Amino acid sequence: MSLLTDEQVMLRDSARGWVKANAPVGAFRKMRDGGNPKGFDDATFKAIAGMGWTGVVIPEAHGGSEFGYRSIGVVLEELGRNVVAAPLIGSAVGAASALALGGTKAQKRDWLPKIADGTAIGALAVDEGPRHAPDRIALAATPKGGGYALSGGKTFVMEGMAADMFVVAARTGGKAGDGTGVTLFLMPAGARGLSRKRRELMDSRGYADLTFGDVEVGADAVIGKAGEGKALLDKVLDRTTAAVAAEQMGLAQQAFETTIDYMKTRVQFGQLIGSFQALQHRAAYLFTALQLARPTIDAALQAIDEDAPDVSELVSLAKATANDVVNYATREMIQLHGGIGMTDAHDAGFYIKRARVLEAAFGNSAYHRERYARLIGA
Amino acid sequence: MDSLTEVDDTRRLAAFRDEALAWIEANFPESLKTKLEEYFQNMPRYPDGPDWALWKQRVRDKGWGTPGWPKEFGGGGLSTPEARIVLQAFTDCGAFNPMTGMGTSMLGPTLLEHGNAEQKKQHLTRVSRGEVRWCQGYSEPGAGSDLAGLQTKAEDKGDHYLVNGQKIWTSGSRFADWCFCLVRTDPRSKHDGISFLLIDMKTPGVEVRPIRTISGESPFSEVFFTDVKVPKENLVGKLNKGWTIAKRLLQFERNATNTNRRQLAGDTRPLNEIARAYVGVDDQGRIADPDLRQRIVRHMMEFRSLRLMQQRMLDETKAGQGPSEFTSVAKNARARIQQEREELLIEIFGQQGLGWGAAGDQFKQTEIDTTRAFFSNKAMTIFSGTT
Ligand SMILES: Cc1cc2nc3c(=O)[nH]c(=O)nc-3n(C[C@H](O)[C@H](O)[C@H](O)COP(=O)(O)OP(=O)(O)OC[C@H]3O[C@@H](n4cnc5c(N)ncnc54)[C@H](O)[C@@H]3O)c2cc1C
Repeated sequence: MSLLTDEQVMLRDSARGWVKANAPVGAFRKMRDGGNPKGFDDATFKAIAGMGWTGVVIPEAHGGSEFGYRSIGVVLEELGRNVVAAPLIGSAVGAASALALGGTKAQKRDWLPKIADGTAIGALAVDEGPRHAPDRIALAATPKGGGYALSGGKTFVMEGMAADMFVVAARTGGKAGDGTGVTLFLMPAGARGLSRKRRELMDSRGYADLTFGDVEVGADAVIGKAGEGKALLDKVLDRTTAAVAAEQMGLAQQAFETTIDYMKTRVQFGQLIGSFQALQHRAAYLFTALQLARPTIDAALQAIDEDAPDVSELVSLAKATANDVVNYATREMIQLHGGIGMTDAHDAGFYIKRARVLEAAFGNSAYHRERYARLIGA
Repeated sequence: MDSLTEVDDTRRLAAFRDEALAWIEANFPESLKTKLEEYFQNMPRYPDGPDWALWKQRVRDKGWGTPGWPKEFGGGGLSTPEARIVLQAFTDCGAFNPMTGMGTSMLGPTLLEHGNAEQKKQHLTRVSRGEVRWCQGYSEPGAGSDLAGLQTKAEDKGDHYLVNGQKIWTSGSRFADWCFCLVRTDPRSKHDGISFLLIDMKTPGVEVRPIRTISGESPFSEVFFTDVKVPKENLVGKLNKGWTIAKRLLQFERNATNTNRRQLAGDTRPLNEIARAYVGVDDQGRIADPDLRQRIVRHMMEFRSLRLMQQRMLDETKAGQGPSEFTSVAKNARARIQQEREELLIEIFGQQGLGWGAAGDQFKQTEIDTTRAFFSNKAMTIFSGTT
């Protein structure tokens, strides 16, 4: 189904209404100017959690609403429109999906309700370098006293500064590049031997590098099956990546709309600049690109909800397309605003900065084109 | 030109190039080589100290900051091709011309053509000696692409003009000593009511308010003029005939944009080399990401085309034709290709290309500089003529 259900329409409208009334871009600016290392504002996140958006993909039995991925996509798109900063992708999608899909009873019981009501924040710790490479996991987890000891590092962990717990992809066997031997672990942020350091990125959100110095966990920290975590990880990454694409769509859509609004107010040569055919063409091209991108994101999220066989393919399609369209829309946003778009006082900078960070997150376009090619046998 | 004199000419220029390279090698202080990154950044990281002063003085004495200007105004008195060779030689030696800015690249050449004897004498020598910095007071809040819609007015008050109004996006105005300014001297005619005025930034009534950009820097400001008294002799050319002069200056500006130092900020190695280092190579030594590899090569081919086009422009200049509409084409192409390079660079760096704040153990200086340049160069398609 490519259209939203009534329930999803209601969710979108309430998200849109809330964002408009309570989360202007100025609120993000204030957070940025304050230099908050967590990269979001507690009050904003509390309000978001209060509306239940932290529990959208979490089963009802564990305190969520179980509305699904298409629904969280709807929310993320609306938040993206105003670059609202909240740890939803890392926590309410990434960590929540890992536990919901592969967690033990105890893990679910201990963490999902808290993630669902926003009292705990989770994060995915997967990559170990500056580009998304889930096939290259090397962080070592060696058996120790009935459990494991983890040594190594993770980089650029989204929401890593605020996280109370991490879902860590580690290697219990084989070597980087092997399909087997990957294990997911649930690890409280306070675990002994685990330290984090902030990575300040252009979008002013909270990223961290993690260092594991012989961090000991029990066997009960394993999410899913030891040594066979790759399939689970792929599923979690598909869900998280699709969520990123939804936020990108919101950014791109708003970049476009803000630009169109400007074209309808800025006068040069005695006319609105929107009346110049050269600019009308540019707007039309961008609009077309947006229309082509939106259904790919919808389809990926929908496929996840339906547990369709082609989820991975559709997610790569959605992310590659969203990457490209948000890159394009944010470039145009600056260009068509002229000098004012170059200023920090204008919002355009926030859009391009968030856009470039999300483009690299969980795979850039080249990564997803390559993955798509592999999946379709090209 | 017959082919013999041409060969002769080429030989002579090649010899001159060797001479220029040798002089720069011998005189460019070793310590400034490591300061290159700083120099290419904006003013706050401008190099300072005795070696910088020494280099400036040597270039000044040689007249090579403005190699093509007449010697009487502190220039090198060289022919256009020779002057180009000198400027290129700075880069080829890993050095730089210490006399940059709008005085040398824009105002100077314009004054040489349109200034009167008194104005040339007063201003050109100080520019060529690097003693004075100029800024460009063209754009206004309501006059960007439609520059001729400018409203800052200058009224004739007998012995002076009284200037009131506002300029915006005035690059370098925080540090500038003087401003070449377009003012409205006749409200009845759009293009024929504009005059070209030189304003001392220290005159009472001039106020500069910096604007921060998306790169985090403040390269430009708003400049407010409130009852600013400007001596009559600061009018360049005829009253109400400033538009022609303004346009001529814009040609020099586009020309200068083609050799903008800021384009060299950040990681300046060839993209394929950077990509091999960051992305790695496959077993045949090719950049490991085949999709990225194709796009890098496409960019490098485009850049090569640009260089060939620029060579053609140079040959035209040599044949006696000044900056033409070709400079606009080159400026547009250069801007687009440069922005593409920076988009590719931050992709090659991966998340290392997304850093903010100061360089340190997480982000290298070249990475941070590249990221900042990525943002500041988004302006290349906006200033000196949007594209
Ligand atoms: C970094 C930077 C440095 C600058 N330095 C200086 C300086 O030192 N001195 C100075 O005087 N100025 C300077 N400028 C100003 C620059 O020249 C103006 O920004 C430029 O002229 C565009 O004007 P604007 O910003 O008002 O944009 P607008 O003119 O408002 O343009 C907005 C958009 O509309 C488009 N547009 C406008 N008219 C048309 C049309 N007829 N057809 C199609 N499209 C159109 C433009 O291309 C642009 O995309 C600088 C600008 C920047 C970004």
